[in-house]
Amino acid sequence: MKSYHADERGYYGEFGGAFIPEMLYPNCEELRQNYLSIMEEPSFKEEFHQLLKDYVGRPTPLYFAKRLSEKYNTKIYLKREDLCHTGAHKVNNTIGQILMAKKLGKNRIIAETGAGQHGVATATVCALMGIQCVVYMGEIDIARQAPNVARMKMLGAEVRPATSGSKTLKDATNEAIRDWINNPVDTHYIIGSVVGPHPYPDMVARFQSVISEEIKNQLQEKEGRENPDYVVACVGGGSNAAGAYYHYLDVPEVGIIAVEAAGKGVDSGESAATSALGKVGIIHGSKTLLMQTQDGQITEPYSISAGLDYPGVGPMHAHLYASGRGEFISITDDDAMKAGLELCKLEGIIPAIETSHALAIFEDRKFNPDDVVVVNLSGRGDKDLQNYIDYFKL
Amino acid sequence: MNRIKQKLQEDKKILSIYFSAGYPNLDDTVKIIQDLEKSGVDLIEIGLPFSDPLADGPTIQESSTAALKNGMNTSLLFEQLKDIRKTVSIPLILMGYFNPVLQYGVAEFCARCEEIGIDGLILPDLPLDVYKEEYEDIFKKHGLINVFLITPQTSDERIKAIDDASEGFIYMVSSASTTGAKQGFGSEQSDYFNRIASMELNNPQIVGFGISNAETFEQATQKAKGAIIGSAFIKHLTVNGVDGIGDFVKQIR
Ligand SMILES: Cc1ncc(COP(=O)(O)O)c(C=O)c1O
Repeated sequence: MKSYHADERGYYGEFGGAFIPEMLYPNCEELRQNYLSIMEEPSFKEEFHQLLKDYVGRPTPLYFAKRLSEKYNTKIYLKREDLCHTGAHKVNNTIGQILMAKKLGKNRIIAETGAGQHGVATATVCALMGIQCVVYMGEIDIARQAPNVARMKMLGAEVRPATSGSKTLKDATNEAIRDWINNPVDTHYIIGSVVGPHPYPDMVARFQSVISEEIKNQLQEKEGRENPDYVVACVGGGSNAAGAYYHYLDVPEVGIIAVEAAGKGVDSGESAATSALGKVGIIHGSKTLLMQTQDGQITEPYSISAGLDYPGVGPMHAHLYASGRGEFISITDDDAMKAGLELCKLEGIIPAIETSHALAIFEDRKFNPDDVVVVNLSGRGDKDLQNYIDYFKL
Repeated sequence: MNRIKQKLQEDKKILSIYFSAGYPNLDDTVKIIQDLEKSGVDLIEIGLPFSDPLADGPTIQESSTAALKNGMNTSLLFEQLKDIRKTVSIPLILMGYFNPVLQYGVAEFCARCEEIGIDGLILPDLPLDVYKEEYEDIFKKHGLINVFLITPQTSDERIKAIDDASEGFIYMVSSASTTGAKQGFGSEQSDYFNRIASMELNNPQIVGFGISNAETFEQATQKAKGAIIGSAFIKHLTVNGVDGIGDFVKQIR
């Protein structure tokens, strides 16, 4: 059977692999050789699930959004990742990776962050385990995400500004990779999404797959069936989406909908809609779709949401797009902001702006009244308050 | 015979110099190559600038960024180099990241290299297995030598596999680091240099990363066939422009 999961070499169709300089080979190879067997160890599983339960607060609810459903005349369920400790799905991955790092005997953690959500989730688990933590963040992002910088510092992490290139997420990722090249033995790199060289996309997807594992059980309870008609998620690098799709990837009757950030419009020159604007290439060690010039220079994306502001997309999603398995929709800043505010008014939930993109599809994408549509509510909007205030002049 | 192979047969230590094409000025490429040859350098690595050079330290990041700002791109570099073989005979290697090559089209890129008289490529993020499966035939068809890197962390087994896949020299990265000049080499480096020398590989090794002056060149080439200078030369260009390239080379040997 055709599978949408990674093969042993980390390829999703033609996408994925490990396009890394030799300096990174031993680090990635150590991880590649060990990640599956470590994840299978009973002691690992037990600690992972215990922490997800007691520390993160899982399982997160699957909430039937009654008023939203009425408005759009379909059955909408929200998977409440916003209720995770630290406010987003990101922590599922950082819990998994910190335990992985411990098993591999690493005593220093590095991470990249854009908006700071993954940085906070990494700093959190490092504090939890008492491990040294360095987070790279673009100089420009440091200036515009001050509260998350403060949170990381309070949690004991060192935040190092990335001053190269365009000084945002892709450059923070470059700096983290350079740090790993310079510290190949004692350091583990906790990457924040389903991007990077093999085995990262597959490993991160597996850690996030708890999302769809829970959806299956919860939907069984609520609807008497494990499979929704559609599962919807926003895609930056694609980790919350990968987790929400994971157990449905090879179930053809479940429709997969991926929502990207159109920024000011797909053709405006200020967008982060990678599937629409990207071409096949190599970014951060992975062969995938990415936004680039004709000459192969990686370009700077734009979105009002810092978490979707990445010029590439994970190889799983590139494959879902290229194969037609996934339906890709892009949503502008304005439509996302409107949908975010609508969720506040209809359901009393303030979503992260990333998530608001996923919620915005209902305006144009119509579903049948008895369709069950699960939207992954990847994060809460506390971190975005300043953005909402500025946008709506609150 | 490929000019790189020919040069490696000479009974001497190889001095190779790297620079970013399009830096400090867009049109300096040919002059830098000519002056390096005149100064007695043995091999030149022409850097194809990339927006996200993740194996490079600050110096080469900055020269790459500046070169791109100056307007350098793959087609323009080929245009600048089209008559280079009328004036120089030194072996020339293009060094860059894989994505710009992929966008140009690997087959077209290699064909253009052959036309111009490029002798080899160094693409650090093109992995060994992908090269062998997808691109080796194309490289060979166009007479291009592909140079692989090894580091102090590379296992003996993998070094042997890389040696088998190589046919010019092996690029021996001196330490676990990105590019950039260091203070000098310690005992860790000499252990590594000795270990590699004792493996008696088929291909000669040329050491790169952290070579900046006569002393580090001398240390690096005690066991290895040669050494590569990158960041230190770029710093020289930053300060002096294209003047005094001969003086820079004279300080090295
Ligand atoms: C709430 C939330 N959703 C989504 C994302 C996008 O990341 P990914 O596509 O990996 O889920 C982020 C990233 O910061 C986020 O904070």
